[in-house]
Amino acid sequence: MRDDLRSLYQEIILDHNKNPRNFRVLEGADRVVEAYNPLCGDHYTIYLSLEQGVIREITFQGSGCAISKSSASVMSTMLKGKTRQEAEEWFRRFHHLVTEGLGADEDPESYGKLAAFSGVNEFPARVKCAILAWHTMKSALQDPAASTISTE
Amino acid sequence: MPANTLSNEQTVAGVFDAEAIREEFPILERRVHGRPLVYLDNAATTQKPLPVLRAEDSYYRTLNSNVHRGVHRLSEEATEAYEASRESVRRYLNAASTQEIVFVRGTTEAINLVAATFGRTHLAPGDVVLISGLEHHSNIVPWQMVCAERGATLSVIPIDDRGQLRMDEFGRLLTDRVKIVAVNHVSNALGTVNPVREIVAKAHARSIPVLLDGAQALPHGPVDVRELECDFYAFSGHKVFGPTGIGVLYGRSALLGSLPPYQGGGDMIRSVTFEKTVYNDLPYRFEAGTPNIAGSIGLGAALDYLWKLDWPGIRAHERDLLSYATEQISTVPGIRLIGTAEEKVGVLSFVLQDVHPHDIGTILDQEGIAIRTGHHCAQPVMIRFGIPATARASFAFYNTKAEVDALVEGVRRVREVMGV
Repeated sequence: MRDDLRSLYQEIILDHNKNPRNFRVLEGADRVVEAYNPLCGDHYTIYLSLEQGVIREITFQGSGCAISKSSASVMSTMLKGKTRQEAEEWFRRFHHLVTEGLGADEDPESYGKLAAFSGVNEFPARVKCAILAWHTMKSALQDPAASTISTE
Repeated sequence: MPANTLSNEQTVAGVFDAEAIREEFPILERRVHGRPLVYLDNAATTQKPLPVLRAEDSYYRTLNSNVHRGVHRLSEEATEAYEASRESVRRYLNAASTQEIVFVRGTTEAINLVAATFGRTHLAPGDVVLISGLEHHSNIVPWQMVCAERGATLSVIPIDDRGQLRMDEFGRLLTDRVKIVAVNHVSNALGTVNPVREIVAKAHARSIPVLLDGAQALPHGPVDVRELECDFYAFSGHKVFGPTGIGVLYGRSALLGSLPPYQGGGDMIRSVTFEKTVYNDLPYRFEAGTPNIAGSIGLGAALDYLWKLDWPGIRAHERDLLSYATEQISTVPGIRLIGTAEEKVGVLSFVLQDVHPHDIGTILDQEGIAIRTGHHCAQPVMIRFGIPATARASFAFYNTKAEVDALVEGVRRVREVMGV
């Protein structure tokens, strides 16, 4: 396999695409926000339950490409139990990772499982796939009235 | 054209040499990600042959000036070249007169022009616009807009599981409330060739005009609008190996001449005072403002180029390529073809198990293979087949069996990368 492709479709990504974690409707969620990319048809619903500024549960449902689905899945495993501020800080770091790539002085391990997405920045057309669920999560945290987040 | 509108011609074909013709398309020599470009996205846009590149370049180098205005030499020559292109279009469509050829930005603008002007004058509350379940958004949305404005209804001819129009349903839907039928000649998402002659005949039996969206038909050879007897025919320059930003609306002169202007401005008028404006004759009444002169000249060059090609030979080559591609891709486990109409042009729309088409597109791109992935601006078609998107390989006459082999090999690679 070619190196670029291996760096994009890493094992973690393929695994989360095949067996997405927290892939269910969350009954009694505090925030339910749709994520939609009309250009490629990626379509997810993100469910959040919050308790005193902490993410108690985060789940999702829907369909889309391997990058968008695995990104939503990995995000859900990482943010459970995090505070709103921590989640927003992870958003910022993930955004940096998929748009700029891993800096020469950065330790991949500091990104935890998110390091699997470090190859995305080599594929500009796919950045929006990786970031879709994260944008949606961020809007859900910031705006209780958010309903649909669309990236193009 | 003979009996059928596009394919299955009875003429004995010469052997068409796709390899030789590729030399006229410089971009096909490109490499992508270190591999030779395999361009299979021709339904999105086609590549341009040297005569088109030269025509645009030479226009700006030697003729550039405004048309229909100056008394100076350059303007006269530019006007001549612009009008010569209109004649090239007329010939490719076998229209009765260049008066029936309106230059627009593309198919989308052509359909918007008809929807706005015909809709405004012919649609009343309760009337129906009949389209089909195979349409591109550009032949849906303009009609939805004018229907909403006029209190009319949009009605849709359904499609069957192979992606063909349900002609029994068409007969049932064709009531006297239908004021216009607007369907594509060839489907962009699936490649289905629609029975447009039958559609026109049945609509005309009830005096209902028909607009054909020919964007995906003309890249596969000239059509004869008089033989089809359609009232409007729309297409885009960039899909017939010409430039972007230029297209054509053909309108039968009696009907076109009865429509009000679309946009107001210069060139579309005969005289203007603040009290009264007298509109210009056809086709200029529909060409407000300085037109896309270079684009029109490039389009004329493209159609002149196509006109000289061996179409019976090309049709045989394209049929051969499609059946080879269909056969070869079907050998890949997990492939499901979407759109298996009896009459098709070279379009392979497919899904691969639960692999999303975008992942297919990215992996093929790494092999230098360009295809389209997504809903192809035809979301209702995707909904009909219960899928969010497809991967679509679409062929032009310059494609070869070796490129089909590269595609099939690439799709096998997708299985490997995605672990399916």
